[in-house]
Amino acid sequence: MLKVNKISKIYTKNNNPVKAIDNVSLEISPGDFVSLMGPSGSGKSSLLLMLGGMLKPSLGEVIIDGHSLYDLNPEKLSAFRLEKIGFVFQTFNLIPYLTALQNVQIPLLLKGMSSKQQIEKATALLEKVGLLDRMHHEPAELSIGQQQRVALARMLANDPSIILADEPTGNLDSAMSAHVMQFLGELNQEGRTVVMVTHDNNVAAHAKRRLTLVNGALEE
Amino acid sequence: MNWNNFIFRELFRRKAKLVTSGLAIILGIAVIVAITTITTYSEKAISKELDALGANVLILPPSVSIGDYYSADLQGGELPEEYVTLLTTSNIEGVENLSPKLSSPIHVKGNRVVMTGILPKNEFQNKTSWQGAGVFSRPKICGTKSDVFNLNQTTPKETLTRKRVIETIAPNEVLVGHDIAQKLKLQEGNEIAMLEKPFKIVAVLPRTGTIDDSRIFAHLHTVQALTNRGEVVSAIEVVGCCKQVSKGLIGKISALLPETNVITISQIVATQVKTNELMRNLSLLFLVVIILMGGASIANDMYNNVFERRKEIGTLVALGASSRTILKIILNKALVLGILGGLGGYVLGTIFALILGPFIAGISVFPVFYLFFVAVGISVCIAMIASYFPARYASKLDPCTSLRDT
Repeated sequence: MLKVNKISKIYTKNNNPVKAIDNVSLEISPGDFVSLMGPSGSGKSSLLLMLGGMLKPSLGEVIIDGHSLYDLNPEKLSAFRLEKIGFVFQTFNLIPYLTALQNVQIPLLLKGMSSKQQIEKATALLEKVGLLDRMHHEPAELSIGQQQRVALARMLANDPSIILADEPTGNLDSAMSAHVMQFLGELNQEGRTVVMVTHDNNVAAHAKRRLTLVNGALEE
Repeated sequence: MNWNNFIFRELFRRKAKLVTSGLAIILGIAVIVAITTITTYSEKAISKELDALGANVLILPPSVSIGDYYSADLQGGELPEEYVTLLTTSNIEGVENLSPKLSSPIHVKGNRVVMTGILPKNEFQNKTSWQGAGVFSRPKICGTKSDVFNLNQTTPKETLTRKRVIETIAPNEVLVGHDIAQKLKLQEGNEIAMLEKPFKIVAVLPRTGTIDDSRIFAHLHTVQALTNRGEVVSAIEVVGCCKQVSKGLIGKISALLPETNVITISQIVATQVKTNELMRNLSLLFLVVIILMGGASIANDMYNNVFERRKEIGTLVALGASSRTILKIILNKALVLGILGGLGGYVLGTIFALILGPFIAGISVFPVFYLFFVAVGISVCIAMIASYFPARYASKLDPCTSLRDT
């Protein structure tokens, strides 16, 4: 269970407080698929990062499986993120000097797996996303769609129960978008919780539940 | 994959940056290694030269001035032999060898030669009271010698010309200088008459290129008796430790023996010691410069590197990397940079030294291997210290801001 309890995020801009998130409460059941929409600057990405333990709310708490994320010390929070959460970024955020295989190996390295185990698991994941023949290529040698598939394989490396996707199709053409959404759908069917930020209604339509953020407040 | 692979991939991806990051530290270390290598071999060369030269301090009667170092004892004047005892039992540091001499010109087979009386080292050994104190009990502090007077070894008589001391010489034995032996056709085992007394030649000394080649050496007490001069000497040769000579050995001997004229090869010793000290001070100066410049350069590059990689750092944090992991990645990178900088600096510095040594110091220079560890140690320390704050900055980066900024 992912529970957001009355969270607010207030930034200070030119000495003036700006509310990005305003007293938002939310419960997401395990295995749910939630899309989060809203105009630019409405706080969607901030809310997603707060759900992932990456951005501490000014007020309120985020509880995942009974753990209040921001009450954990930084080391435990990192370990929790490594264990439970998978991020998908709009710009993929692949490490440019590592090959596709090595990019997928990173979460496994962080988990402390041996090189042999890392290679076995990362190879299997790249096979799953159809990139076995590109595993030794660096991101610059891959197409945009292939880069996103590497990012999806990397996200799956730590076998997360919660997937947080920030505009996962934002940089992709329609064919590739459909492919990524199908992939996220399959992961959801496996029982993983998916929370996805998007501004595209067609993409949001893949979700079981659609939420909209307007001026920092949530509308279902 | 491990974190080292990760670091190496990042480092070698940006080869130009790797070179510029390491350049300041490599050059700084290279200069230190070059100076230290040349200084080390210069000191060895000085030590060798002084060792080959023999005595570097002469104690003469006050009326005598030095013209030719090796013939100073021929100008007349006398010192009491007890000055040798005074010197030997004193607490003056840096006296490595001591050789009292009494010289007198005589004629042998119609040729003028210098008969010089010397005190063999068994005479020192016989005086047991000398062995418990003074020069005999002093620690080894400099030079290449390990045994004051070589009391624990037997040495061939030919070493007189170099060590200024020999082990034994009987009252009827003599050692003959190279030139006079050739001139008079004398050989080891021959007999020779001097001042109407027969002597056996126990050794012909190797050529030295000094007036010693024209001397005949006999026991000091024999010469004293033959010349009816009593318990006196013309000069006392001292092999003084090079560093101690520069630290005031002469003043100490003068204070102990005020009625004497103490002379040293001061110009040679002082100039060479000064040059070495200058080189050493230069090394220290470069060490300071390298710490400041190399450190600043690495710190600057590391800050830039962290800033450029903030999206990557944010991604790693999103994937579950802890701030400790980020700190470790940056510091390990600094460690690699430090090792490469030390290695590069050592190789470059050694090449500089090998090429420049013969020109600067006129000596052959070879690699000094222990400097490799010094170079790497200094380089790693500078890189780690300079990178600590950028690493801390990286570990405290707000991943959200990092992901959004780029």
